[in-house]
Amino acid sequence: MTVKTVPNVKPAVNNTIKISVGDKAYYTVVYSILGLFTLLIILPLINVVANSFSSQDAVAFGWVTFWPVDFTLKGYRAVFAYKGIWTAYANTFVYAIVGTTINLSMTMICAYPLARKSLPGHGIITGLFMFTMFFGGGTIPNYILVRSLGMINTRSSMIIPGALSVYNMIIARTFINNIPTELEEAAKIDGCSDFKYFFNMVLPLSGTVMAVLALYYAVGHWNDYFTAFLYLKDQDKMPLQMVLRAILIKNSFNTESLNSSAQELLYNQSLQDLLKYCFIVVSTLPILVLYPFVKKYFVKGVMIGAVKG
Amino acid sequence: MTDRRTGAYAIKPKPRRKLSLRIRDNWQMYVFLSIPLAWLLLFKYEPMYGAIIAFKKYDFSVGIMGSPWIGLSNFIKFFNSYQFERVVGNTLYLSVVQMVLTFPIPIIFALMLNSVLSRKYKSAVENITYMPHFISTVVLVGIINRVLDINTGMINNVLAYFKVNFDTNMFIGGPNFRILYILSGVWQSTGWGSIIYMAALSSVDPELHEAATIDGASRFKRIWYIDLPTIIPTIAITLILRCGSLMSIGFDKAYLMQNDTNLAASEVISTYVYKVGLTAESGPSNTSYATAIGMFNSVVNLIALLTVNKIADKVSGSGLW
Repeated sequence: MTVKTVPNVKPAVNNTIKISVGDKAYYTVVYSILGLFTLLIILPLINVVANSFSSQDAVAFGWVTFWPVDFTLKGYRAVFAYKGIWTAYANTFVYAIVGTTINLSMTMICAYPLARKSLPGHGIITGLFMFTMFFGGGTIPNYILVRSLGMINTRSSMIIPGALSVYNMIIARTFINNIPTELEEAAKIDGCSDFKYFFNMVLPLSGTVMAVLALYYAVGHWNDYFTAFLYLKDQDKMPLQMVLRAILIKNSFNTESLNSSAQELLYNQSLQDLLKYCFIVVSTLPILVLYPFVKKYFVKGVMIGAVKG
Repeated sequence: MTDRRTGAYAIKPKPRRKLSLRIRDNWQMYVFLSIPLAWLLLFKYEPMYGAIIAFKKYDFSVGIMGSPWIGLSNFIKFFNSYQFERVVGNTLYLSVVQMVLTFPIPIIFALMLNSVLSRKYKSAVENITYMPHFISTVVLVGIINRVLDINTGMINNVLAYFKVNFDTNMFIGGPNFRILYILSGVWQSTGWGSIIYMAALSSVDPELHEAATIDGASRFKRIWYIDLPTIIPTIAITLILRCGSLMSIGFDKAYLMQNDTNLAASEVISTYVYKVGLTAESGPSNTSYATAIGMFNSVVNLIALLTVNKIADKVSGSGLW
């Protein structure tokens, strides 16, 4: 008897139940809305890429929609010949790599002690950190501080004032909290010092959260323009985003880089439009290329962060 | 060995070690902590102290301490200035409209996406909609400028192709600024903002859905009575945190989208503070005055956060702490 019923029970899971008319309508609507929204997200991006591979005339007359018109790499050749973009790129790389290293070190040496429930004062100190997420001195006092430390127009101003993100530290702390305390007790009994335990146990066990936070920090550095905007003055220290701002938003091209003799002025105007598309692609490409591989880490970060407290 | 305090006979949990001993045990932890703590005090708390120049007439040559006190006159000056209504109004307008739109949209999006049966379709939608989150503000504004360009932009040309007469220059005027600001926010943050709800939705017990299906509940009913209640706590916490930035419109996007024609709608507190305090764009720079405006803003945000948190705690028991 029982043996006989088993095959009958099994298909009772979703797929054999007939989807009702109402549900069919629901799915049609939901799939269409999601599809439309996704198109709205991707089409402008496709348009930018398509433009960047088109001829400058096609760009200037607005012929390009979602496929390159008169395919050419001319725009990219001009971008790669553009003075300043490589310095900016290199600067951003330095800020991102050095900055992220410091960010991560600071985050971990802060998160681990605060994750330890037995540490006297950990509650108060955590409170001190958390408070700064909700209240701060403001832009001007920060600026005055950085100026009084003599950091205006130095590369360190890109890294030191933002050396730690309290939010990310809390994510790391939440993660470390899940490492069983028995591990620590056992290590202690074996005569392991806290330093040793941190470097040999906590760090290797926190690989996931460190990967997540490294990515968060790195993207933050890559996309940061406000810090440079406030603190930097010299062109040779500027990160990519500042150069992009000059080109994309303020329309100020470094004219020496584009051979701008008088009769080529009009020609250059349309070249500039094309160049803008290329700059957008070139500056965002590293992140979007990495994105499919690291997406799951980013998502994981949001999920760890979502845990209350 | 008998312990003097617990007594030999009492069955009590092991007494805690003395505080000084516990501190000594953990000295290595304090060595670690000292570095971030020093950083915190210098870069987070020192500026809070430095913000007292809001009550002073700040003079660079004599420093924060030496500057004379002037009481609340910076605040009074701001409340009475014609800019008060403008920048506070613009900031409130943008953040409230932004909240009304960008807060529920990711929730609806997540509920819809979660109900999608095809795994491939779901992950395609996810992959694409998360992408804009990684685009920097500069590039985002650059894309807006390109795509909506009145001559060469995609939107105008596609509309022209469909014989729709659309020759508005979206970069002129305040109302257009507001539309672009809000819509680009929806474009950029909907996918990413939905992740937290997707995570919460993954904890829904599938048996509930099976049972409801057998009882004849439609897919929509199941979302309404099963999925939505599950994510209510997450929604509450996100909402509280959002209220903590009720009156803060970030500097980056507003400043990058500003031009002379839309200033009436695009001048928000953060951009105004920057201009007053660090540039000579709105008259001679006035550090104390700008600090006072910034402080007013942070205090309002803090009060909003605490109030909403209190209400949420009372109503649903799901406060922040």
